[in-house]
Amino acid sequence: MTDTANETLSVVVERDIPHAPEKIWRALTQPHLIEEWLMKNDFQPRLGHRFSLRDEWGGVLDCEVLAVEPNRTLSYTWNFAHDDPAFDLRSVVTFTLTPKGAGTHLRMEQAGFGPEQKQAIGGARHGWQQFLAKLERVAERPDFPGETM
Amino acid sequence: MGFAMSDTHDVLFRSLADPTRRALFERLCREGEKTVGTLTAQAGISQPAVSKHLGILKQAGLVLDRHEGRQTHYSARPAALSPLAEWTRQMAGFWEARFDQLEDLLKRMDQ
Repeated sequence: MTDTANETLSVVVERDIPHAPEKIWRALTQPHLIEEWLMKNDFQPRLGHRFSLRDEWGGVLDCEVLAVEPNRTLSYTWNFAHDDPAFDLRSVVTFTLTPKGAGTHLRMEQAGFGPEQKQAIGGARHGWQQFLAKLERVAERPDFPGETM
Repeated sequence: MGFAMSDTHDVLFRSLADPTRRALFERLCREGEKTVGTLTAQAGISQPAVSKHLGILKQAGLVLDRHEGRQTHYSARPAALSPLAEWTRQMAGFWEARFDQLEDLLKRMDQ
C-alpha cells in the first residue's frame, strides 16, 4: 500500500498541540489511554503486532503495526472487513509527531480504498489527490463554464 | 464505521480510473463544452472510442450531452465528484473529533 500511496485517496488532519511529543506518544501507544480518546483496543507498540480497535457500536477494525519510532512516528493498518465491497475498507493510519516550540505538531494521515477502488486505480498514472485538487481548483474558478459544486 | 464506500463511489472511481477518460473530463472542466469531433481531434484515438469513453463518463454523471443538429456537445459536471469530497470530509470529521478527545485526555494526564 505504501508503494501506491500517491495513488490513494487520503485524509490528513494536523494540529498543534501544547504538549511534549513524549506525552502525546504515551496517549497514542498505551492501551488504556488510547481507549480514552480513540477506541477500546489491545494495542502494543511492537512492529507486526496485530490488534483490534472496537468502536461503541460493535464495529471491529483489524489493525497491524507497520511502523514504531518512539515519539516520532506510529503507523498501523486500519481495515474494516465486510462482505460487501462497498463497505470494505483497507487503509493505513500514520501519526507523525514533530516538536514545535514548547509543544508538538501532530499529523494524522489515513490513506486507502476498498478493494474495488484499489483495483480501479491500479491503472491510474496520476495521483488521485493531485487530480482531485486540480479539478477542485478548476471548478472554483469564477469563469468556470459548468455548473457550480 | 460510517466510512462506507457506496455504489456511487464505485461508478465514479471506475469511470475516472482510465487515463483517457480522466484526460477528457479534465479538458471539459478546463475548456468548457466541446463537440465529440473537437475532442477526437486532440485525443489521439478514434471518434467511436472517444464516444464510448464519453458514454461511460455520462453514466457516472460526470458529463452531460446536448444534441444540436448532427453534433453532440459534451460538458463537464464536476458536482458529480462531490461524493468523493464527502468521503474525505467524513473521515476528516472523525479524526478532528478524536483529536479533540485526545487533547482533553492530555490535559488530564500527568506531565
